[in-house]
Amino acid sequence: METNQSHHVAAPEPIRFETDPSRYRHWKLSFDGPIATLAMDTQDDAPLRPGYILKLNSYDLGVDIELADAIQRLRFEHPEVRCLVVTSGKDRIFCAGANIPMLGSSSHAFKVNFCKYTNETRLYLEDLVASSGIPTLCAVNGICAGGGYELALACERILLVDDGNAAVSLPETPLLGVLPGTGGLTRVIDKRKIRRDRADVFSTLAEGIRGRRAEEWGLVDRVIPRSGWAEALAAEAARMAATATRRAEGLPLLLPPLGGSVESERIAHRHVTLEIDAARRVATIGMQGPSAEEPTDAAAMRERGADLWALRAFRELDDVLLHLRFNHETIGVLLLETAGEVEAVLRADRALLAAAAHGGFAAEVLGLMRRVLKRLDQTARSCFAIVKPGSCFAGSLFELALAADRSYALADPDQPLAIALSPLNDGALPMATGLSRLDARFYGEPSRAASARAHRGTWDAEQAYQAGLVTFAPDDIDWDDEVRIAIEERVSISPDALTGMEANLRWPGPETMETRIFGRLSAWQNWIFTRPNSTGERGALTLYGRPERPEFDWRRT
Amino acid sequence: MSSINQYESIPNNVDLSTDKRLQRALEKWQPNFLSWWNDMGPEGFQKDQIYLRTAISADTEGWAHFDYVKMPDYRWGIFLTDPEPDRRIGFGDSYGQPVWQQVPGELRSQLKRLIVTQGDTEPASVEQQRLLGNICPSLYDLRNLFQVNVEEGRHLWAMVYLLHSYFGSDGREEAEGLLERRSGNPDKPRILGAFNEPISDWLSFYMFTYFTDRDGKYQLLSLAESSFDPLSRTCKFMLTEEAHHMFVGETGVMRVIQRACDLMKQGDDVRKLGGIDLPLLQRYLNRWYTVSLDLFGGEESSNAALYFGSGMKGRAYEKQYEDHVALDGTYAIPAPGADGVTTRDVPMRNAMNVVLRDAYSEDSQRGVDRWNKCIRENGIDFELKLPSPAFHRAIGLCAHMPFDPSGRLLNQAEFDRRKYEFLPSPEDEAYVASLMHGVYEPGKIANWIAPPTKGIKDKPFEFEYVRREAH
Ligand SMILES: [Fe+2]
Ligand SMILES: [Fe+2]
Repeated sequence: METNQSHHVAAPEPIRFETDPSRYRHWKLSFDGPIATLAMDTQDDAPLRPGYILKLNSYDLGVDIELADAIQRLRFEHPEVRCLVVTSGKDRIFCAGANIPMLGSSSHAFKVNFCKYTNETRLYLEDLVASSGIPTLCAVNGICAGGGYELALACERILLVDDGNAAVSLPETPLLGVLPGTGGLTRVIDKRKIRRDRADVFSTLAEGIRGRRAEEWGLVDRVIPRSGWAEALAAEAARMAATATRRAEGLPLLLPPLGGSVESERIAHRHVTLEIDAARRVATIGMQGPSAEEPTDAAAMRERGADLWALRAFRELDDVLLHLRFNHETIGVLLLETAGEVEAVLRADRALLAAAAHGGFAAEVLGLMRRVLKRLDQTARSCFAIVKPGSCFAGSLFELALAADRSYALADPDQPLAIALSPLNDGALPMATGLSRLDARFYGEPSRAASARAHRGTWDAEQAYQAGLVTFAPDDIDWDDEVRIAIEERVSISPDALTGMEANLRWPGPETMETRIFGRLSAWQNWIFTRPNSTGERGALTLYGRPERPEFDWRRT
Repeated sequence: MSSINQYESIPNNVDLSTDKRLQRALEKWQPNFLSWWNDMGPEGFQKDQIYLRTAISADTEGWAHFDYVKMPDYRWGIFLTDPEPDRRIGFGDSYGQPVWQQVPGELRSQLKRLIVTQGDTEPASVEQQRLLGNICPSLYDLRNLFQVNVEEGRHLWAMVYLLHSYFGSDGREEAEGLLERRSGNPDKPRILGAFNEPISDWLSFYMFTYFTDRDGKYQLLSLAESSFDPLSRTCKFMLTEEAHHMFVGETGVMRVIQRACDLMKQGDDVRKLGGIDLPLLQRYLNRWYTVSLDLFGGEESSNAALYFGSGMKGRAYEKQYEDHVALDGTYAIPAPGADGVTTRDVPMRNAMNVVLRDAYSEDSQRGVDRWNKCIRENGIDFELKLPSPAFHRAIGLCAHMPFDPSGRLLNQAEFDRRKYEFLPSPEDEAYVASLMHGVYEPGKIANWIAPPTKGIKDKPFEFEYVRREAH
């Protein structure tokens, strides 16, 4: 370990999330016909923040930002790709997982946000198969520990080189006193369906499992001798490519930089702005709806490309959400506002859904919207939708209001507002539970969801309130005070309790692997992160790599 | 003094006869070992009678018994030095507490890893050296090669004994694995990189036994300090055998030097006269010394800290240190600087690999000094030097950086251009290979090496150390 000083002491430069392959430092993206290969080759001396080195292909947020970018670009920019191979560019080392000195020296909030982001990226990898029809093959060509194996678990199929040395392992619990928190424990039992007694053995075995036994236990799909590795890998990738269901109409589409004006307290993209009011601990995201000229036929939409409103606006939303999460930790309330023509949103939504039926470009745009809205669901800030005259909470943008913890609509008879649903509210943009946000909203009253869908036209504030589509509809006399008091009250409550409360209320309905990762696994991990046994002065995570050995408080909780 | 039960199929001083479970495990493993020996041991000499030393007991008189034996009939056995009464842990967090006679559960997998890694080098070196008999410079050398080989086989037995006795079914599986891996086989390579390179000439063999076996010596010295008493006692006994391997290396290189000096007196060009010139020797030294440095692991190591703190692995001659806890203080490790090697202070425990390595380098230097003395006494102006620990490394902070042997950082292009000033060139290797021909007549020796100053066990050099089966 280089040093153990926190790198979050001085006010750091804000972390930015936009990148492109020409700027990658840790991944090599290469193409061979229908096979894309993403090879991790971390540059030791290029950590996101000084204070640790990225040895043995260990990753930090900077590494993961590139991974997320690469996955996104594969979807949009590489229609020829029909199989993605995830591997390592280093000899005999696949990936050693998250960088421990980085974690050990990070603030609790950063650790939690880092794990959330990496979890989202792993889910994007799985979504590459599910929604873009690009199968993923993980080629584990060496040591594969912790987060390295969790990366492998996020791929559809795992090959492991059998050279007597390469092992897969989840050493977090026995070695670091924490959990494999990037979906590892969940995917081992829920995705790979490994017997839970064996999962118990595996998760306490720091050295991991090699060769044939790894295959027998189902930890990997196939072990391959080193001498036959390249050949077998190529054959497997070709076979997966041949069965890929990818549809690539209208692609490629290059994703240019968003290029908005970015300051710490204010980001102004074309359609989305973020304003930070640090003193009040309130942030406001304003989203501009599409213009009346937004194209509605598939060809014209494709022509508009990266400037298509739905694509650009949701990429911008993603960017500001990440900026908020990582660069403004103390913001307690996030206000969601929209502005524009309700009818234009509905037209754009209908057009997008129709075009997406043919796969390719429009389907990718829809997929991106779905992922960004999930990112909003997962943002640990109290979200209030502020529905005012001139807003366009309709269809895809009404999802913002449905994602919010509560919503306020201004009931001013002189300036009526309109709320509307579009076919995109019917299940095209599901939450992590698999439910649409409208069905989640009316989880106990499915008939209300049905009647909302059957409703013709728009709702004004009072009607929306009656229909259960907004939480409150104060009139113009009460509005300012109601909203102000609600915000002030909210920011005064314990941020930890709010995060926990919101996380419990946001996802009614069934559990999925995704909800278990963010709910059960992350919640336990985040608790363990605060415990002296991991991060106290004598905790295992703190002392990892240091000369002293950990001391535990033996009381079970 | 413990005695060896000669009537058991496996010679030992560990009361094997009272431990049926262990005996059965070993008896099952023994045929697999023998078939490994026949497949991968010295090729072409299994039927010959070799004048070998066999350990028949663990005390000073008994461990060196000499007689003719066919290698497959060699009695590989299990010997530990006698227990030290009331032995206490000598270092780390549990300093002063009684040593462990059983493996502590929380250290089980790390201890197993240490033993497997050490154990893996033993059969690996036999595999690396299996073709050398066909090109031996004399029967004396041939016998020494086989002595080294059978003892590496016994070292494997020693490690397997620990795995079988103390690590349950996992241990048995690892013991099988030690026979399944193969040096240089890409599909089942030996664990450490250096043990996957073949040793294809005798100069390399001497360098290996001088430098790489010396790494073994230092690993064994550090494991001899282990709080796990059976490991400690096993390694102490192995050290007595290891000393001979390094003797073979040191005297082997010395005899090559002596011959070079003799030839230099006859004419300027040693190669024309069929000898090995000293600059070539330096290049071989550069390679083998640095490959051996890699075996100590990274300079800054959390594993090393864990091994020390937990009491698994100490420092060589731990008693000579004052502070056995080593939680305070730092150690200067070499690290790459702007244009050369600088040092960096790291916590003592994390630097344990370098602490051990520095002791190794000092020990290595002593033999180099003796070689240089020989060169000087022959009136020749040449000095062999150990290269910088930054040079030619594949592991650690200086790995793959273009340092020259003096520790100067070159640019990559210059390093590539000058590489064969520093390391054996393909021409060097081809030349050395051209010298290698088997000499099997008692009293005869190859032209490129001087005879030893004395033989084995007071026998003359002319003694028939290997009785070759009629071919
Ligand atoms: Fe040995
Ligand atoms: Fe040896």
